[in-house]
Amino acid sequence: MGDTGIGSAVTRREDYRFLTGQGKYTDDINLAHQTHAWIVRSPYAHANITGIDSSAAAAMPGVVAIYTSEDFAEVGGVPCGWEVTQKDGTPMNEPKHPILAEGRVRHVGDPVVLVIAETRDQARNAAEAIVVDYEELPAQIDMQAALADGATAIHDDVGSNLCFDWELGDQDATDAAFANAHHVAKLDLVNNRLVANAMEPRAAIGDYNPSSGDYTLYTTSQNPHVIRLLMGAFVLSIPEHKLRVYAPDVGGGFGSKIYHYAEEAMVTWAAGQLKRPVKWTAERSESFMSDAHGRDHVTHVELAMDENGTFLGLKCNTLANMGAYLSTFAPCVPTYLHATLLAGQYTTPAIHCEVKAVFTNTVPVDAYRGAGRPEATYLLERVVDVAAKEMNIDPAELRRRNFIQPDQFPYDTPVALTYDTGNYEVTLDQALAAADYAGFQARKDEAASRGKLRGIGIASYIEACGIAPSNVVGALGARAGLYEAATIRVNPTGSVTVLTGSHSHGQGHETTFSQVVSDMLGIDYDSIEIVHGDTDKVPFGMGTYGSRSIAVGGSAIYRSVEKIIAKAKKIAAHLLEADVADIEFENGEFKVKGTDKSTGFGDVALTAYVPHNYPLEELEPGLEETSFYDPANFTYPAGTYICEVEIDPETGVVDLVSFHASDDFGNVINPMIVEGQVHGGLAQGIGQALLENCVYDDQGQLLSGSYMDYCMPRADDLPSFSVDTTVTACTHNPLGVKGCGEAGAIGSPPAVINAIVNALSDYNVRHIDMPATPMKVWQAMSAGQA
Amino acid sequence: MYDFTYHKPSDLNEAGQLLTNDEAKVVAGGMTLIPTLKQRLAQHSDLVDLSAIAELNGITQTDGVVRIGAMTTHSDVHHSELVRSSIPALADLAGQIGDVQVRNRGTIGGSIANADPAADYPAAVVGLGATVHTNQRDISADDFFTAMFETALGDGEIITAVSFPVPDKAGYAKFANPASRYAIVGVMVAHTQGETRVAVTGAAGSVFRASEMEQALADDFSAEAVRSIAVASDEFNSDIHASAEYRGHLVSVMAARAVMAAG
Amino acid sequence: MTVSISFQLNGTPTQLEVPDSQLLSEALRQGGSTGTHIGCDTSQCGACVVHVDGQSVKSCTLLTAQVDGKSVTTIEGLANAEDMHPMQQAFKNHHGLQCGFCTPGMVMSAIDLVNHHPDPDEKQIREWLEGNICRCTGYHNIVKAVQHGAQMMKEV
Repeated sequence: MGDTGIGSAVTRREDYRFLTGQGKYTDDINLAHQTHAWIVRSPYAHANITGIDSSAAAAMPGVVAIYTSEDFAEVGGVPCGWEVTQKDGTPMNEPKHPILAEGRVRHVGDPVVLVIAETRDQARNAAEAIVVDYEELPAQIDMQAALADGATAIHDDVGSNLCFDWELGDQDATDAAFANAHHVAKLDLVNNRLVANAMEPRAAIGDYNPSSGDYTLYTTSQNPHVIRLLMGAFVLSIPEHKLRVYAPDVGGGFGSKIYHYAEEAMVTWAAGQLKRPVKWTAERSESFMSDAHGRDHVTHVELAMDENGTFLGLKCNTLANMGAYLSTFAPCVPTYLHATLLAGQYTTPAIHCEVKAVFTNTVPVDAYRGAGRPEATYLLERVVDVAAKEMNIDPAELRRRNFIQPDQFPYDTPVALTYDTGNYEVTLDQALAAADYAGFQARKDEAASRGKLRGIGIASYIEACGIAPSNVVGALGARAGLYEAATIRVNPTGSVTVLTGSHSHGQGHETTFSQVVSDMLGIDYDSIEIVHGDTDKVPFGMGTYGSRSIAVGGSAIYRSVEKIIAKAKKIAAHLLEADVADIEFENGEFKVKGTDKSTGFGDVALTAYVPHNYPLEELEPGLEETSFYDPANFTYPAGTYICEVEIDPETGVVDLVSFHASDDFGNVINPMIVEGQVHGGLAQGIGQALLENCVYDDQGQLLSGSYMDYCMPRADDLPSFSVDTTVTACTHNPLGVKGCGEAGAIGSPPAVINAIVNALSDYNVRHIDMPATPMKVWQAMSAGQA
Repeated sequence: MYDFTYHKPSDLNEAGQLLTNDEAKVVAGGMTLIPTLKQRLAQHSDLVDLSAIAELNGITQTDGVVRIGAMTTHSDVHHSELVRSSIPALADLAGQIGDVQVRNRGTIGGSIANADPAADYPAAVVGLGATVHTNQRDISADDFFTAMFETALGDGEIITAVSFPVPDKAGYAKFANPASRYAIVGVMVAHTQGETRVAVTGAAGSVFRASEMEQALADDFSAEAVRSIAVASDEFNSDIHASAEYRGHLVSVMAARAVMAAG
Repeated sequence: MTVSISFQLNGTPTQLEVPDSQLLSEALRQGGSTGTHIGCDTSQCGACVVHVDGQSVKSCTLLTAQVDGKSVTTIEGLANAEDMHPMQQAFKNHHGLQCGFCTPGMVMSAIDLVNHHPDPDEKQIREWLEGNICRCTGYHNIVKAVQHGAQMMKEV
């Protein structure tokens, strides 16, 4: 299809509305007779609530209603969507996560009272007049301390602060591998807690129609159908046909807008009570203490090798912070999205990973761009670098020696995955050439002449995207299916409406999915419309996360288009008075094989809806098909990233001078959009490595609760990036695609830290925890010199 | 934001009258005040906007002194040909405050009246030995900043201008907080008519002069003269970005860089 | 308390009676100019950047009362009917946006940059955009877009 088909860098059709200020985000929506919510949140990390006095507030101007947990007595808690089974076969501890705190607050920001007024300022004024009495309890912030004997249990019904104790892999085989090792590289590291910080703060509007009994929730969600399912079925007991969830334009997600949040249930429930719309929009400081955080692992890892540096075994022991409650997918992040990735791109034959998940008095932690896979990649690619140094083998060479070879695919790892395809050495070589790895010493010498310490770091990552298939993830604890749905509606005049369960919040689906359909049907790209985000329009969907949209959502579209073509061929065969087996479809034309007889896609579409000359006895009128695509396997994007830094030895400032990314995403639909996804992922990964850190003090107060202290990457913190791709097509989905949304955030943190440690090689620095702030680098240099 | 009454007086007398109400507050550029009000961290009955008082604007030079009106924005100072030619270190400092939009609104008078311990301008005022003019009197730089967020300004007293003697040499070096872009450490060094000054912002509760460095520079105005001088950092600020010890180290490094910038 | 003000909004004379304490960003959004976004409460993210008398400012850190007598331009005031401003077009051509939330402020800042520096280099662009946070693009394509937008602005 010329310059709009698969593989074309088509500019985005979404852009005009965003560039002209006509995007429609949740907070841009205002309904008639709307009220406004403000939430009184806990100022303490851990406390009993001994009293709530709302009497003064209730009398204040504009106040419509004030609700506490007692009002939500008939309402369920926020559900968790994944149940992990512990080592001993028992289920994880899963305490209730109430909509409003029930007698106890468990993190700063825990919602306590819901105030609704005619205006937001009035609601806020009234909220300030509410007196909540607290009796402080010892805050559990540090994971080790929270697990220690005598630590105050955050949930009385759990009794300790252990959520689960879990393992994966063959411990005996791994121990045996270590017993025979020539060398074992060991490392303790921290994967720092992050805040997703999508630029659009979360918002929700609940609406209720008393005449029909229908509820509508407008919300900043990556997966409106999942919210409908969770909130409708588990929290508010509203059946699907009476609940519409609409996520309009959404200003970024990065995982943080996957989850069902209490505020969504609050405004929906209150709208039903008040028979008026209720709107809530987070302030950014509120987002910091109510959006699910990411990462926060403390890990000890050991890598056993023979004398050639061949990997024999890997042991990993991780503490994973769950925060105060279990967020929607929290338990699967440090388990099935983390331990399963510990083979990386390597043939390590024996791997054992133990994970203890811990409750602390902090904001719940869940998936953030990459989700478990960045944590796995970071520990693996760091310990490989440590091993390279200790074995005196070039880091690129050590990786190369251990790569899974192309002829070994499909490859079963010792941690439960089967990689379908890949060619890691090609990607490594492409990255080494693009980054001029061979020329590094000259650049290092030149930097030294300017008084700068230059370092280079490599990371070869693998990720598992498009989490599936449903029966497997169900066996592993998922409480939902992980397919995707798509409907192709060919309209009578030949235009096409695509209803997809994937949700675009920056990914450009309206463009990419149109390219796929245009390419397959041979019709004009501009005659295709993508509809997403509205449960009343789209039959079903699981949404967008885990780089699944093109691999799973795109495949569902593909399958539906195949069905459309199959039916259209029957109609064409009738029109052309030919056997359906003789009909060929190409460039929007149905042709009778070996003849010059043909009919266009538009004629077939019209015939389907005006079936005057139509095989009605064999075929229903209309041209609309739906598919639910459940993938056979994950997809496995992989790549090698190379980072160069220069460190100012006087201040410890790290200047990231170049970054190259070579990725294998399988087939690429729109290279412009793919590159953009990589750039964004790199910025977040580099942000984690150098700038971002979510920090609590010992009392559980959030020290990085605004952009004054949480350091978001800015334009002047980053260089321009160099990116390219290699291709091994995914073997099990029809488009041969793998997904590209998270790779940048997965591969970049270890590349950056490896480069910094490399730059500090003369200072006896073995490791530096993220973020490598100037102070930490300076301290590490000072300690190394001492 | 809590309610308040907004005023935009057209002359200083009227402004002074409005400010006799001790719950009233001046708004100059508003770059600190409005975010503070937005987050409900402060409440004032009245806001007195000085933007319509013409005499508070503008940059002039007479007899070796650059006088900058209190309502002059950081952008205007940064881009002023006059400041760039007479006191380039001051233009350089103004260009490092906040971001473009902050510099387009924020004013020199507002910045020094706020006396944020991590703001840049206090280092310029003290380091360059400036004089702060108010509607009531002139205050020397060394007397102006009294403590964290505290100044010598009395009730109803409005800064009208700041006068900077043109230095023989001056330089500013800043180590910015990567998140807020305030100074973790900022050092202004200047040599003016035989006097050497070193003013440090960001490191402690208020801007201060590093006297040991001043003495060293008086003898030898070179980066090497200050690089090895360790300031006592026990009382310095400490936060998630920089410990007191690291700030102490940065004071020496930034002082040396400021001297190099001074040329 | 309320205050009466008159100002130019995207070239249209506008009179408003607003609370003394209202922020310009609130006035714009309540008036339907929802292209001006609120992404933080500490005046840092820049999603709310508009021009006041031709200078970029953060409309969340300005009282509506303070624009009395001034001229305000928002993202909605750039395009001429269907034709986007060259900087808007450059952002589209170079994929300088993803979720679109920071985009209006980013574009308004970029135009202010080019008004000051008609030929900005990469360093100037990155430094100028210090007050605009984007979480999606990694800034790479924004920088490219601004460079090309600057050239396109010369051609009109």
